[in-house]
Amino acid sequence: MKREPVPRGGRPAGQGRRGFETDSTRSAGQGQGGVETDSARSAGQGQGGVEIDSSGLRVNEHDSKELLRGAELLGPTAPASMDGEELERYVHERVLTTTLEKAVSWGRSNSFFPLAFGLACCAMEQFQTAGPRMDIARFGFEAFRASPRQADLIILAGRVSIKMAPIIRRLYDQMLEPKWAISMGACCSSMGVFNNYALVPADKFMPIDVHVPGCPPRPEGLMHGILKLRKLVQEDPDAGWRERYGAEGTEEILPGA
Amino acid sequence: MPDATGLELLAKELRASEGVGEDAILGTLYFRSRATLEVRPTSIRKVLACLRERGYKSMMSVHGVDYYPHEPRLGVHYELLDMSEVDRVTVTVRVATETPELDSVTPDGDDGKGWPTADHQEREVYDMFGVAFRGHPDMRRILMPEDYEGHPQRRDFPVGGEPVIFTYSEGDSHGARR
Repeated sequence: MKREPVPRGGRPAGQGRRGFETDSTRSAGQGQGGVETDSARSAGQGQGGVEIDSSGLRVNEHDSKELLRGAELLGPTAPASMDGEELERYVHERVLTTTLEKAVSWGRSNSFFPLAFGLACCAMEQFQTAGPRMDIARFGFEAFRASPRQADLIILAGRVSIKMAPIIRRLYDQMLEPKWAISMGACCSSMGVFNNYALVPADKFMPIDVHVPGCPPRPEGLMHGILKLRKLVQEDPDAGWRERYGAEGTEEILPGA
Repeated sequence: MPDATGLELLAKELRASEGVGEDAILGTLYFRSRATLEVRPTSIRKVLACLRERGYKSMMSVHGVDYYPHEPRLGVHYELLDMSEVDRVTVTVRVATETPELDSVTPDGDDGKGWPTADHQEREVYDMFGVAFRGHPDMRRILMPEDYEGHPQRRDFPVGGEPVIFTYSEGDSHGARR
């Protein structure tokens, strides 16, 4: 199928929309309107050639030059003749304004990199969340990283023994800001059925953003928790957890540092 | 599994055998088709060596028990298996909490070959019940952190855990904001 250049000249100034319906197709379709195909066109007219509006190309060239000069930042589709209310409406239809913070947190919230890290039976459900049924990749969270340096979300999937707690804290400290943590399942939130000498709740040694209850939570549950976190990141773009939790001055002091 | 009669015969054989001694076997217990020999703590290596000669060549498990409030409180169970006869026997020793010491069966010695599988399991018994095994090649904790205090599986050890504040119990907690 041949690509047709879309001529832009000869259009009434007030049209304002991108010209899907061009002069050439209009003339080829002989007033039928609607979607035109190559075969319909060739059947209708039988000429087979492509009509090029040379004045349209000149307008394109002119717009590109204007764009390069910086006189027109709205792109080559904006007719040079536009002004006033018309131009205002044109801008409103095409340009989205936001703060940089919001744009960045929108990006962050749609591409968590979870740490590939499982502690106990909850990890099985965590794997299932990445599996085809829940498909965490729909939201852009499928890249489980093997290194805390590349991750920004840690999911504590399972029970945290007091022997494991300092290791997890080390992992969390190694993750780069901004970072978030999900406590998955009863064990690492409230210690569940293992509320005894062996375990420690995750809140005792690191800040947790979302607790997902369940024993273990189903993949739907974890998904719900992750989407809650996504909402939190979108609405509260405060980057560092220390600011979020008022925890300045709690940095780990390494021996010999 | 030796039946009740077989267990008595085994105990008699052990008492008669060289190096074990008449008073090494403190008693026998046949309960729910499981045969148990209770052995004096100082003779454990000898008795296990003799049982190995009689075909109980595999040590399947070493585990600790706290018999609180009975004295002596702590017990260590050795589960032996005869693979060719498919026959099991349990050997038990009891030690007091005041002197929780026992000969390790892990290393080889003058009184017979050792049982390498007992290595980690004796460490676990030490970790959880505080029975120190003399002659063990690496007597450290295995499950709890190195700096942990106490032996958590003893019956007089507090269960531990944390009081968890749930939404419904938030007001009762001493740390709650009112």
